[in-house]
Amino acid sequence: MALPNKPKGELYADPNPQIVEIATDVLIVGGGMAACGTAFEIRKWSDESLKVTLVDKASMERSGAVAQGLSAINTYIGDNVIENYVKMVRNDLMGVVREDLIYDLGRHVDESVKLFEEWGLPIWKKDADGETLDGAKPAPSLREGGTPVRTGKWQIMINGESYKCIVAEPAKTALGEENCLERIFIVKMLLDKNKANQIAGAVGFSTRENKVYVFTCKTALVACGGAVNIFRPRSTGEGKGRAWYPVWNAGSTYTMCAQVGATLTMMENRFTPARFKDGYGPVGAWFLLFKAKVQNGLGEFYANSDSVKDELGKFMPYGASPVTPTCLRNHLMLNELKEGRGPIYMATDVALNAFLDARRAAGMDEKDVKKFWKHLESEAWEDFLDMSVGQAGLWAGMNIEPEKIGSEIMPTEPYMLGSHSGCCGIWTSGPDEAWVPDVANPSRAHKYKWGYNRMTTVDGLFTAGDGVGASGHKFSSGSHAEGRMVAKQMVKFCRDNASFKPELMQTAQELADEVYAPVKLFAQHVGASTAQDVNPNYCKPAGIMMRLMKATDEYGGGVATYYMTSGKLLGICLDLLRLLREDAAKMAAGDLHELLRCWENYHRIWCVETHIRHIEFRKESRYPGFYYRSDYPTVDDENWKCFVNSTFDPKTQEWLCEKVECINIVETEPWV
Amino acid sequence: MPSFVDPSKCDGCKGGDKTACMYICPNDLMVLNKEEMKAYNQEPDACWECYSCVKICPQGAIAVRGYDDFVPMGGQVHPMRSADSIMWTVKFRNGAIKRFKFPVRTTAEGAANGYIGQKGANLDDENLLLESNLPIPTMVPK
Repeated sequence: MALPNKPKGELYADPNPQIVEIATDVLIVGGGMAACGTAFEIRKWSDESLKVTLVDKASMERSGAVAQGLSAINTYIGDNVIENYVKMVRNDLMGVVREDLIYDLGRHVDESVKLFEEWGLPIWKKDADGETLDGAKPAPSLREGGTPVRTGKWQIMINGESYKCIVAEPAKTALGEENCLERIFIVKMLLDKNKANQIAGAVGFSTRENKVYVFTCKTALVACGGAVNIFRPRSTGEGKGRAWYPVWNAGSTYTMCAQVGATLTMMENRFTPARFKDGYGPVGAWFLLFKAKVQNGLGEFYANSDSVKDELGKFMPYGASPVTPTCLRNHLMLNELKEGRGPIYMATDVALNAFLDARRAAGMDEKDVKKFWKHLESEAWEDFLDMSVGQAGLWAGMNIEPEKIGSEIMPTEPYMLGSHSGCCGIWTSGPDEAWVPDVANPSRAHKYKWGYNRMTTVDGLFTAGDGVGASGHKFSSGSHAEGRMVAKQMVKFCRDNASFKPELMQTAQELADEVYAPVKLFAQHVGASTAQDVNPNYCKPAGIMMRLMKATDEYGGGVATYYMTSGKLLGICLDLLRLLREDAAKMAAGDLHELLRCWENYHRIWCVETHIRHIEFRKESRYPGFYYRSDYPTVDDENWKCFVNSTFDPKTQEWLCEKVECINIVETEPWV
Repeated sequence: MPSFVDPSKCDGCKGGDKTACMYICPNDLMVLNKEEMKAYNQEPDACWECYSCVKICPQGAIAVRGYDDFVPMGGQVHPMRSADSIMWTVKFRNGAIKRFKFPVRTTAEGAANGYIGQKGANLDDENLLLESNLPIPTMVPK
């Protein structure tokens, strides 16, 4: 047997990669829902003289958070009032959100959903009798006034296995396949040499060939999703791949924008969704469509108890809403678990049988009940098979039939994201309209608008989807709509800055050396050990990731402590992260896949550091159930009903954290 | 639930530039060993079990085996995807089998309208393609 001192994988990395330089006007970094929205929309506002390039680290057909598919579209306004959408989002996210961004999203999102349906996405409908039709049955489209199947007030059901394939297709044809570069991972955004605070390009590498790509651009969108595998997951073996959010989201959006000076907002926010244990299957349809309830280990349906009402009364006005904020629902569940009243079960059996009993009570004969059951059973399994097949696999392995036995649910490890029920991200301009607050402060970190909708505080640098902070509950449809909004703004930016000629601060060779540093380090030192993973001169990305997740889990309020941390613990966490950041410069890669992992983990380290820094700065516990500070255990609206924004200065390498005023643009009475 | 490749079925996509599984995997896990002309999953503990490789493999050579740190053995979930629908076979550990079929697309592949050549009206307002008369907030603070 050969000694294990060779690179892993099949695509060995060459310390001297070829350099490819590409000049473009518009650079789209990412290929998920938001980037596909931009790719579709941008040619509607520009002609072929504007060069547009999209770069995806995977294949657009199956990249981003929707790669596997989805069983619902969670944001469709339809007949609802947009202001009520704003109220729902602000209450779920404990009051501190950008209402201008949320309202703006609400007025564009439906158009994306109508396009999806037109492109071929099957959307469930109600027939004239109120019965459910799957999305392939003939029925009027949404545009024609068809009635979607609502689960909650804002969600509609779909047959979404091919959702991403369907959305990527017109994005590619509209932009031109030749302008979509796949399997290139952008790792750094680059500022202009001459014009301060102006984006001028980006650098990345191919995961298929030994090539470094250096782009220059006038404007760029960075939309690469949220951050996963940043806290130690509950499954640390093979199952750590079964992350709730896509495991390839490495915090690249936040890190790359922060490093060029883009102001971040609400990085203290995180999401620790309660999901089916281990398989992390979705619970939305179970709660909303099947009306299932949760039971504690004593068999109690605790959510309606008096003690729960008292507990929610401590978090007013948020706790009073008919829809309890997601973090507070977790808080209630954690209280049960901490008191030893676990495990928590989703009573799928009770819920499904209630449907059958209701049909029987209404006089349905057993033959029709059986037929109805087949339909119901199929809907229940589709929920997993469309978007979380692993959960179906777990049920199959455990012999679980949901009509016979409930399934355990559990809050997951923390994730960072801005499009789901979370709101960390980048501080952006709202639309340039009169109803968006005009804040008299010279710093963009305090303003709500500065000319280009969804532009970050860096000129020419835009973000969307998970990237835009303080504006959660966009989900897949809202992220696409936000990408379309950015498309138009980027064209406008290019028109307004026609004379701008981007110039990079570093040479292409300097950039290539930086990107390929882990490869050079590997080549230099691999001979010092008979096993390539254990070497005194370098560390491997897999080890760095475990080290990161251990530090955050134990000190930053992970599952190890039931999400509890404190100023003292956060200080230790920041010290560990500083050492990690230093050692990240010693990560080595023998093959191209490992180089991908090196840079992803570099992004993860930076991203988590901003999270810890923000939690430390905010002297309260804004999201009980997502995290707690033992030294400031309550929600403190008097002092902290404000944004926390942070800005990294690329020149001085220093961070500035500040409080920023939170302004309501939708009525506060009534609050919800 | 990492994917795995059946060597008796995998033909390495006949040595083309890229194998189908390698082309599609969102997490860069599937690779081709050119000597054996077989693909494999190079990092099973980073597999999201999204089934993209299983669905796309022209030889039906890829399946999924449950994560070994929490899934008891013997179950299997396997799809057959066509242009307009997907058929799932769920085999339980106890041998029971369920099948489910769902639509995936209502248009032909390639038929999604990119609205190519269609242009928006005014670059200086907030309307996107097909939009007009955007609302503004009316339920404002008193």
